This record gives sequence, C-alpha cells and structure tokens, in this order.
Amino acid sequence: MSDIILKAQNISKQYRLGLIGTGTLSHDLNRWWHKVRGKDDPFLKVGETNDRSSFGKSDYVWALQDINFELKRGEVLGIIGKNGAGKSTLLKILSRVTSPTTGEIKTKGRIASLLEVGTGFHPEMTGRENIYLNGAILGMTKKEIRSKEDEIIDFSGCQRYIDTPVKRYSSGMRVRLAFAVAAHLEPDILVIDEVLAVGDAEFQKKAIGKMQDISSQEGRTVLFVSHNMASVKSLCTRGILLENGEIKLRGNIDDVVDEYLKRDSEITFFKELTNYPRKSKGKNVMTSIEVIANNDEIIAGEDLTFRIHFETSFINNVTLGYLLKDEMGVSVHAANMQQYGIKYQVKPKKNIDIILQKLPLNPGKYSVSLYFGNGTYDIDIVEDVLLFQVFWKKDTTVIPPQKKWGKVYIDTNWNY
Amino acid sequence: MNTSTEEQWLYTISSKNKLIDLNFKEIWRYRDLLLLFVKRDVVTLYKQTILGPLWYLIQPLFTAVIFTLIFSNLAKIPAGGEGSLVPPFLFNLAGITLWSYFKECLTGTSNTFTKNQNIFGKVYFPRVIMPMSVVVSNLVKFSIQIILFIGFYIYFVFVSGIDISPNKYLILLPVLVIIMGLLGLGLGMIISSLTTKYRDLTMLVTFGVQLLMYASAVPYPLSYFKQELPKYAFLIEYNPITAIIETFRYITLGEGQFSFFYLGYAAVFGLMVFFIGLIIFNRTEKTFIDTV
Repeated sequence: MSDIILKAQNISKQYRLGLIGTGTLSHDLNRWWHKVRGKDDPFLKVGETNDRSSFGKSDYVWALQDINFELKRGEVLGIIGKNGAGKSTLLKILSRVTSPTTGEIKTKGRIASLLEVGTGFHPEMTGRENIYLNGAILGMTKKEIRSKEDEIIDFSGCQRYIDTPVKRYSSGMRVRLAFAVAAHLEPDILVIDEVLAVGDAEFQKKAIGKMQDISSQEGRTVLFVSHNMASVKSLCTRGILLENGEIKLRGNIDDVVDEYLKRDSEITFFKELTNYPRKSKGKNVMTSIEVIANNDEIIAGEDLTFRIHFETSFINNVTLGYLLKDEMGVSVHAANMQQYGIKYQVKPKKNIDIILQKLPLNPGKYSVSLYFGNGTYDIDIVEDVLLFQVFWKKDTTVIPPQKKWGKVYIDTNWNY
Repeated sequence: MNTSTEEQWLYTISSKNKLIDLNFKEIWRYRDLLLLFVKRDVVTLYKQTILGPLWYLIQPLFTAVIFTLIFSNLAKIPAGGEGSLVPPFLFNLAGITLWSYFKECLTGTSNTFTKNQNIFGKVYFPRVIMPMSVVVSNLVKFSIQIILFIGFYIYFVFVSGIDISPNKYLILLPVLVIIMGLLGLGLGMIISSLTTKYRDLTMLVTFGVQLLMYASAVPYPLSYFKQELPKYAFLIEYNPITAIIETFRYITLGEGQFSFFYLGYAAVFGLMVFFIGLIIFNRTEKTFIDTV
C-alpha cells in the first residue's frame, strides 16, 4: 500500500518577531554575506520554540519544527492543537500561501484550501460573476464552473439574487454563496480551516453534510483543522496533535482527541491575560480572570462568579460577553451585557463580575471565552482562556448523572 | 515504497529558490483566471458612473488639450522637426496615448503584493497572473484610446486637410505596445517585490512616474531637446521609453527618431527588465506574506 498522495518532510517555519523594518536590512545583509561565503544562514540557528506566553531571548521563533507526515488517498486527517500551536502556519504552507523555511512537501494531487471562504469576491459584480471569479481563484477552469453553476446556485440558496451585485447581499448570503463555490471544488486534497463556523444552524448542517459527502462518498483527501472536537471526531479518521510547533502525537483520531483534552486540562481559578494570545486586533484590555466559588469548588446548581480585571482608559458603551464550551469544544451557553440592556462604561482599574446563578451545568470540564467590544466591533477577545471543572454536590443522595446524559443540569422535582 | 523510488510527484513545496522557477504549464492552466481578472478590472472600474467607459477617452483628451495649451502654445515647443506639418494636438495625443499605457501598467502592477495581500494570504494561484491581468486589461483601455487617436487623425487629414500619412513601418505598432507592456510589467514587478519589505518605493512611484514622463520625450520631440540642450540629450535618448514614443510618432506622423537599432535597443532593454522583474517577483511571492 503506497497510495500516498502527500508527503511532508522536515517542515519548519521560522518567523521574526517584532517590527519588520528596524534592523531588517542589516540582518538581510548579514544573511547575504554568509550566503556569498557559502555558510549557513546565521539566523536559522537562533530560533526558539514558539511558546508565546513566555518571553524568549531571540528575535526569531520556530512556528513549526520538523513536521513529518504522510497522507494517504481518501484519508481525512484532523489537525488539532491549542491556539498558536502552528496549525494555521502548517495549513498556509500546505496551501502554498507561504513557503517553509526548511523541508519540503511533495504531492501527487492538486491542493485547494478553504482557509477563509469568499476570498476575492468583488462587491460590484453579481453573484453569478463572482461564482466564476471565485471558482477560478480557487483553481477551477471556466468549463468546470459552467458545468456546476446550477448546482452551486442551488446549494447556496441565493437563486433570486444571483444577478444582483454582491454588495447588496446580506453577510449570511455572501457566506453561503462563497461556501457553495468552495464546496463544489474538486481538488485531490482539500484543506479546511474552521469554515464550519459560518452561517445559520440550517446552513451549518448542510455544510457539515457536504463535508462528510466529500470525504466519504467522493473519496477525497481532506485536511481538517478545527477547535470543535465534536466535528473533528465525526469527520476525521486520523489525527495529528500539534504543540508549540511540533507534532506531539499522531494516530487514531479518538486517541489524539483524548490526549489533546488531557493535555489541555489545566484547571485553574486564576489566569493572567495580558500575554495571552489573541486573534482580535484591538487593544488587550482584559488583564486577568478569576473564578470565585464557594470553598473553591464549583458545584452544579450553585452560584459561580467570573471576575474580569481591566487595565484601560475610559471606554464608553462597551459590552462584555462570555461563552462556555464543553470539553469537545461545543458551545453550551453564551450571554453578553448588551443583551441585558446594560450600557457600561469601563473605568481604569475596574473589574466586572459575571455571576452565573445556580449554575445549570452537569459535572464535567468547561472552558470560558471572553468577548469585549462596543457592540459593533470587537476590541479584545480571548478564546478558551480558562478551564473549570463542575462537580456534583456532596450533601445529596441524588446519584450524579452519567456523562452521556447531557450537559444541562435541571433540578428536577418528581411528583408521584 | 522501495519498488518505485522515483515516484511521480505533481509538484513540490519547498524553500529552495531556483533562479527562474516559472511553471508555464501552471500559468496556462490558470488562463481562465487571468481573463476573469481582466473582465473584473474592465467591468467594475466604471460601475456606478454616468459616463462609464467614456472616462477612458476623457483622460487622454483633456491631457492632450492641456499639453497643447502649455507646451505648444505657451512654451512654443514645436511638434516635430523644422517645417513640421503635424498639428500639436495630434502630436501630444500620440505621445500621451502610448505613455499612459506604460504608466497604467507600471502603477497598476507596482502595488501587486500590498494591494492583494488579503487574497494572496488565503489562496494559492500563480501570483504572476495578477500583474499580467493588469497589463492585459490596460490593453483594452489602450485599444479604446488608440481609436480616439485614429479618430482625430482622420479628422485632421480629411477635415483640416493636413498632409500627413502613416508609413510602412506602421506594422511595428504591436511590437511597440508589447515592449511598452514588458517595460511597465517588469518595472512594476520589481517595485512591487521590493515594497513588500521596504515601503519607501511606494512614495517614489507616484511622483517618479510623473517625472519619468518628462524624461521620456512625451510633451516634446527628441530632436528639439537635442537642439536646445545637447549636453543632457543622452539621458533622454537612452531612455527606452523615448525610443518607443519617438518610433510611434515616426510611424504615424512621420516625425521622430527612428532606426531599427534604436528600437532594438528598447526591445532588449524591455526584455531584460521583464526577466529581472520576473525573477525578483518569483523570489518574493514565496514568503512575502510573512514580511508584507
């Protein structure tokens, strides 16, 4: 069995920290001087592993280090890891957006990526014109697109607007159309990065269904990256666990997911947020999160408080939201201040308490994500920042619920 | 695995840079994308404007009028050699039409990386498609503008009865356009590659192009410059763009410096710039997303 369609050998990727510009020229010249004399790049040695939360000595870090793996035809490989583990970098290299610093990837098939849907949509052009443009950007020929045009329009559910400029579309429609184009790509290897998080519930179901079709029926090879362990488990057969740019574990998807959950489960009651990696582009205003519970034990059905500390100047009209996810990365509950009609003004050195009354969660591990914004745009977002464990009450004769009974705790009365 | 040591890989992603790493087969496979980009550029540029594609004509027309007023009437720069019959307006329009093709190619391609970093950061396609599409869509614009030029040409010949006629070298016109395109594309690719790391060049492009026009014999004939400022004339003469503009005016208006050697010089220069641009562009496209 050597039906290997893709082979990655010693893939490493180095990034330079700090500002590009200052000192770049001198480093470039130094590099060039070493090259002229036939010596190794002096800056390739100095890199350190990519642990974002601690300060390193070097200006260079390795986002990926010595990644080796093979992909067989028809296999669905899940890549999992914490934020900043190197997943996106690996996908970027695979989809040829950037090239590795060392190592090489050999492939027998065309790779197409769904790093983000809707790339290259032009707002002035109609939906139909954009199908062609977007399809071509993703690597389809005009002929291929034409043969699938009806199918794509049908899948997107935008028939009525198809000859209207895309700028008049709602954001949901745009996403649907974009995903429809992408889903009808026929590359040999498909690279997907969390696109499933778009659209409404109905469309998400459709999208996941399509993904499953692609991998199971059409026998397509898929590389899938997501934080949602449930969808990773349902789609993938094999998995790779990345940590700090290195492969920590590979194998059966269930084992890899279990290992990931085990590794990730540092249950804490306090977390420093100043240096926590963020995807949001605004200022980092949240400095720490604190968990307050009776006797430092979180019990199902009892009050739980998250205390968020801020370090900021005055910001008007802000809203703070939180999202709870279960172990598998599935959202359990979310709420925000705006929803409660609170117009909050952050003061310097102030904190907000989020009090979850009579916590209706069954025993298990949950994560908190925090969203801080002004209602229209995000300022500071920290995802899966803290993990907490809910326990069953002690002074009760009620037997704790089993894991498979669900996540919601309801204080049930039996009238008989 | 050992049975087939030399396996057939479709392509390899690696860090190794070959000097010219152009996959023509791949570019050919993406030809539809090139055409769709051209269509996008042409169709969307004047969407929601009243005059639409007429804007293609207004730009050279107004520029030619202003040039005629300032350079020909005010500064009394002749439109050709001694005893030239060429109307100054037509002389200026000829230079502007060809010059603006170069200018649009250069400015349109010189920001390829910075302008498209969003799309380049997400999907792969041969990056060179992007600047190529700019050059092709400018060709559409140029064709419309050359029709304007022909229109005025016919007007001056038949209505004003001026005795000018194109000569047999008119067949060289496509060559001129190609060299102009190569120059614009090559230079644009060099600039766009360098701006990914060092932004200084963007500052240079906008006003540099303006200055380059005056160094390319657009609003005056080369012969006049040689006569008035013989000391610096070599600067203008060795500029390949001057060669093309002079040749263009020679083949259409019969005024200008023309020799196959001079044109050949421009062609070699254009090809060199193009290949240097291609090499630099290719080196940049692999990792520019990390430095842009």
